[in-house]
Amino acid sequence: MKQYEMVVGLEVHVQLGTKTKLFCSCPTGAFGAVANTHVCPVCTGQPGVLPVLNRAAVELAFRAALSLECELAEVSIFARKNYFYPDLPKAYQISQYEQPFATRGRLEFALKDGSSKSVGIHRIHMEEDAGKLLHAIGSEELDHSLVDFNRGGTPLIEIVSEPEIRGSEEAYAYLNALKAVLQFAGVSRCDMEKGEMRCDANISVREKGETRFGVRSEIKNLNSFKNVRDALEFEFRRQVEAVEAGQRLIQETRLWDAARQATFSMRSKEEAHDYRYFPDPDLLPLAAEAEWISRVKSGLPEGPVARRSRLIKDFRLSSYDCEVLTSDRALADYFEAAAASSGAESAKTLANLMTTELLGRINAERVEIADVPIAAPHLGRLAALVDKGVLSSKLAKDVFAKMWETRRAAEDLVAELGLSQVSDEGQVKLWVEEAIKANARAAEDVKAGKDRAIGAIVGAVMKLSKGKANPALVNRLIKEALGC
Amino acid sequence: MAIEEEDVRKIAKLARLDLGPEEIKLFQSQLVKILDSMAELSALDTDKVPPTNSVLGAVNRLREDEPKPFGEPERLLDNAPEREGPYFKVPKVIE
Ligand SMILES: [Zn+2]
Repeated sequence: MKQYEMVVGLEVHVQLGTKTKLFCSCPTGAFGAVANTHVCPVCTGQPGVLPVLNRAAVELAFRAALSLECELAEVSIFARKNYFYPDLPKAYQISQYEQPFATRGRLEFALKDGSSKSVGIHRIHMEEDAGKLLHAIGSEELDHSLVDFNRGGTPLIEIVSEPEIRGSEEAYAYLNALKAVLQFAGVSRCDMEKGEMRCDANISVREKGETRFGVRSEIKNLNSFKNVRDALEFEFRRQVEAVEAGQRLIQETRLWDAARQATFSMRSKEEAHDYRYFPDPDLLPLAAEAEWISRVKSGLPEGPVARRSRLIKDFRLSSYDCEVLTSDRALADYFEAAAASSGAESAKTLANLMTTELLGRINAERVEIADVPIAAPHLGRLAALVDKGVLSSKLAKDVFAKMWETRRAAEDLVAELGLSQVSDEGQVKLWVEEAIKANARAAEDVKAGKDRAIGAIVGAVMKLSKGKANPALVNRLIKEALGC
Repeated sequence: MAIEEEDVRKIAKLARLDLGPEEIKLFQSQLVKILDSMAELSALDTDKVPPTNSVLGAVNRLREDEPKPFGEPERLLDNAPEREGPYFKVPKVIE
């Protein structure tokens, strides 16, 4: 059988983290608000209004471009993309077409096997978001549609990659890396559940070794990175089967249906693609003046790659730990805030607590880092208590759980619950003697050189001490008592 | 410059105009004339002339990112042909 490869380009829309919309002073962040409360004459397209560009949106867009090593256009132009749809009150969307503000960048990221991959960024342009349509209320289908313009006019950038992605795992890694870069640069929170990051995928297949592209389809409705991966896998199989069966593929837009795990053609949209772009006479050209760009550049926060190297160097953490901690800017910030109170010497213990306990809890309860009930300095001091020998790592887990529930500081809980580790030699010796007496068989085995038998005795000491005996001390005292 | 009736129909459809057969013929002949006179401009050598995107010569008219809520959304809703609660109401559109 012939070998095929997947050729993918991704188009990612990202909401810029501004306080106001792109061309009017309406507040953004209306997710979940009452419909049509964040609207004004401009973003509802009333006659005679004029758009005025938001400086912060432009600067965040520039940050994205600089972080993705793009070339900034000296002058870029806003254009009208014309089409009729009820979510678009002006019957055109203000976007950029022939002269986008950024072109020719690249994003480098690590793949699962440890190799690194570089994907070109074809272009980035700015545009305004459309409104939201409602076709049903709850499960009740309406005989009309309802329009909410709260989201209309929200600033977006669209980041178009070159078709240089060669598999669904690469696409997945690209999206994660892109998200991290944009979050670290403060461009966007990239919260996919709130629609702050959306992705369309262009995919074609070709025989390995072939340099020409096959016929591509564009897949829409991909609202999670997992959906992107699944949809690409499905579409790859579908296209390969079609080619193998001698069918001719057509260029089309397809919709991903996550419930059915399949893509479906949406032919209805095909003929509408005649947008008649032209420069918007209501807006002046945008000039990326050198002095302005250098100011934006100097205000650019540290990116994930630089952050990772710094964490490895400053805290002597493994590259795996740093990879995890810098997968999300909020997580990296939390770590550094916690490390400031744990001290660098406890950073490893802190990183362990974060990658196991904290992330475990965050994933299980689906909370945001910002909503974690444990303050970062509190977690830092918990790590320090472990390293000082006050708590065993097992007790630290119990204290962590209590801190999560009560929002209180580790020291208070340790004192109140009498949880601190017992390192008093006299007391631990008493427990050890009792445990050896009760486990005579295991004691003989240890003496005979079967090291693993010691586990039974350690377990008995832990039971007697209710988990509070210092494990290192327990081990030493057992060995001493058994003369080995 | 050739413009077929089919082109006029397509342009009309994109502009949501409902034209009768007489109108299609009328606009076809008018569009041909418009394109013919535009074609005269093509005789000029514009290779070294940058495209005109704006005639004002100014750039970068920006506003600061400070929220100023409009405060009267009701007036906007009342401007619409139809509303339902806080929504604008439109004929059913299928995704
Ligand atoms: Zn507005």
